Amino acid sequence: MEIIKPGINFDFIGRRYLGYGISALLLIASLLTLVINAGPNFGIDFVGGTIVQVQFDRKVKIADVKTGLDQIGLGGSAVQRFGAAEHNEFLIRTNDPLSTGDDFSEHISSALSASTDAAPEIRRVEMVGPQVGETLREKALFALFYALLFITIYISGRFEMKWMLSAATAGALIGAVYLFSLFNVSIPFLILVALIVSLVLFYQLHLRFAMGATVALIHDVTITVGVFTLLGKEFSLPIVAALLTIIGYSLNDTIIVFDRIRENLRRHNRSSLEGNINRSINETLSRTILTSATTLMVLLCLFFLGGDIIHDFALAMIIGVVIGTYSSVFVASPMLLFMAGGAAPPQRTAASEAA
Amino acid sequence: MKGYTWRVVVVLGVLLAAVVYVVPTFKPGIWPHKQINLGLDLQGGMHLALEVETQKAVDGTLDRIQGELRSLLREERIRHSRMETSGDNGLVIGLMDADDVEKVEDLIENEFEEVSVRSSSRTQNDVKVKIAIIGERAGQIRDQAVEQALETIRNRIDQFGVSEPDIRVQGERRILIQLPGVTDTDRAKELIGRTAQLEFKLLDEDNSLQRALEGQVPPGSEILYQSGDTAQEGRRPYLVKKDTLLTGAYLEDARVKIDSQYNEPYVTIDFDRRGARIFERITAENVKKHLAIVLDNNVYSAPVIQEKIGGGTARITGNFSMQEAHDLAIVLRAGALPAPVEIIEERTVGPSLGHDSIRMGLISMAVGGILVLLFMAVYYQLAGLIANTALVVNILFIAAGLAAFGATLTLPGIAGIILTIGMAVDANVIIFERIREEQRLGKTPASAVAAGFDRAAVAVLDANVTTLIAALVLYQFGTGPVRGFAVTLSLGVLASLFTALFACRLIFDYFYSVRRMKTLSI
Repeated sequence: MEIIKPGINFDFIGRRYLGYGISALLLIASLLTLVINAGPNFGIDFVGGTIVQVQFDRKVKIADVKTGLDQIGLGGSAVQRFGAAEHNEFLIRTNDPLSTGDDFSEHISSALSASTDAAPEIRRVEMVGPQVGETLREKALFALFYALLFITIYISGRFEMKWMLSAATAGALIGAVYLFSLFNVSIPFLILVALIVSLVLFYQLHLRFAMGATVALIHDVTITVGVFTLLGKEFSLPIVAALLTIIGYSLNDTIIVFDRIRENLRRHNRSSLEGNINRSINETLSRTILTSATTLMVLLCLFFLGGDIIHDFALAMIIGVVIGTYSSVFVASPMLLFMAGGAAPPQRTAASEAA
Repeated sequence: MKGYTWRVVVVLGVLLAAVVYVVPTFKPGIWPHKQINLGLDLQGGMHLALEVETQKAVDGTLDRIQGELRSLLREERIRHSRMETSGDNGLVIGLMDADDVEKVEDLIENEFEEVSVRSSSRTQNDVKVKIAIIGERAGQIRDQAVEQALETIRNRIDQFGVSEPDIRVQGERRILIQLPGVTDTDRAKELIGRTAQLEFKLLDEDNSLQRALEGQVPPGSEILYQSGDTAQEGRRPYLVKKDTLLTGAYLEDARVKIDSQYNEPYVTIDFDRRGARIFERITAENVKKHLAIVLDNNVYSAPVIQEKIGGGTARITGNFSMQEAHDLAIVLRAGALPAPVEIIEERTVGPSLGHDSIRMGLISMAVGGILVLLFMAVYYQLAGLIANTALVVNILFIAAGLAAFGATLTLPGIAGIILTIGMAVDANVIIFERIREEQRLGKTPASAVAAGFDRAAVAVLDANVTTLIAALVLYQFGTGPVRGFAVTLSLGVLASLFTALFACRLIFDYFYSVRRMKTLSI
């Protein structure tokens, strides 16, 4: 059985400007969303606060839950239904890291049972103090940063056999970040600097595969975060995990295509770079679609059957996989062409020949 | 086929090892006794992060030095006008006589190793010596406070009876505590967070409590309140002398007993020999006076001392429930925290939510897995069945890896396995597509298989290494459940590399090189 017939030759590269348009549109929309919302909608993991998940043994009204909370001074909390309506489950959240000592659960329980006339069960309590929130935020950003760093080193080393060059790039990058960190700048800014520095380095040193992969990564992560924010979803630690996985996954896709491009450049060295890229995308298209399909299949199972706690995680992954698949074809590969047309003529160095 | 036999041995060996490691999870008690640990989010329990207020330990040291210095100055007949703390871990001692400055300086240098003289000044009407805790010593006190707090909390939890608690220091002054299976979280927090500083102090019976409550608290005394949850009645105030006569540091044991008359539980405490001697002296000197038993600045009771008490036993009464008395005995036995702690992070999952999470996680895993298996079998036929075998073995490997490394399975961890199911077929897809390509070029099954595997291997390796890098970074920076995700993802990637490039190839080699099958079903 075959979905993609062999010998297919769809002109992806010819339609790259369409891809650029779509990407630009998505990127601008994502950035706008992020600017309007002043960044992602951070959950309590990152800003501190309290979440209480409570389930009642019968139907209750949100208003009654609120009345009960009002009586113990938690009137300002947001109360929302959680999961299917018949589960009578609610999430109560405040941005205050409440002191959860002093019989906290008992207080909430008795206040809620008085106001709703139903027996509540406290299913989950999460409280993150502001200091912890800050630590977690920093850790998450550093995780994204280091993942990007190591992966780009690996790619430029592996694909262009310029290990020394990529190590030097990494050194320069770490140096730049260290230099900026001396000025006590905020971490998001630091990471932005790191990204710009690495892109400039890749461009100057003509590390085109690294360039293509990094641009695709930034593209995927930005759009995933943007769409996620647009849907009003909350950004928590598991979502960072999802983003890192998307980075890995998107690279997965990109690398398969790059691998084929490298091989075809060696085999058909007389045809144009454009033709080679197009041929490579088409040759790996079947695999790209199959893998994305199976991954999406299980992610959809997770989304629909995995329970509410894992729901947003699955959603972030689904967005990421779709965007990642698209970007390996329409962003990463055309970047190679852009690099070839830009800084220097397409060249096959002795090193890449040896690979 | 070259190296065929040893490859069979390797695959069977790894498979056997995996089975051996997985079995104890389903049938506990079998060698190698390694089970898959369930994370707090799957079995219920609580995760706490505490911050030790280490500065309070430094302040406490300063208080003690102040007390010792006062009595020393009295012994040496050095008159001082005042003694007060200054901001930077220091004390300012005002002296009446300028000639005493050297004496005090010598005293400080000889008798106290924690403090040093910062400056002395002699002006017309102000003679003072400023001392402060030595910088590195303050650091030591802080570090010790964290270590001691960890030890104390560990003691308390051990006596509370939690199976497999995980308690560790994180950073400079944080303590992470994981208590699987704990359901009464309020009680656990109360037990862990309590400072449990036990003090015996005399009531100030020379001054009027009424006037103190109006704001005229005599120096050397303070108002403390009766403990207990009697907010509606108003908590009973006591005027208590600040000097602590005896602390819980001399305590040897604390036990719950039942009052035979009122059938109420109370806690008896036994002092060690030195404590017993001090207690005997205090009671002898203060007959007919009230002695307040103060725990964490709450007065538990203030009985009248009827006579000198020897034997070193005292009792703490209050309106205890059996459980409260029991917990009080635990915290007293385990000792006081050297500094108060603050709960800065708490994650509690009830057992019912944990069970729901496992059930839904397993259901989605089963459904997702079956869909992928069906898809592969239909799309690639025999080759698909081989890939499916690899996929099942993959999950077995992940489970075995979790057990062998003592890693913890969390809800995101289950998500990681599910994701691995989706991504694990990727390696097979890359290889199979390559074999199909080779076949189209007109190669025989055996050489198409060989060429397909050889050419795909590099791509498979590159693709997986990047995912592995992301997973390892995630492990390094992640906490709790997220770490669980990183673990299953890494194990999944490694397992799929092994099954796809090594085990699957072996099966293909068996069919097309050993058995020399003529048609390639792919």
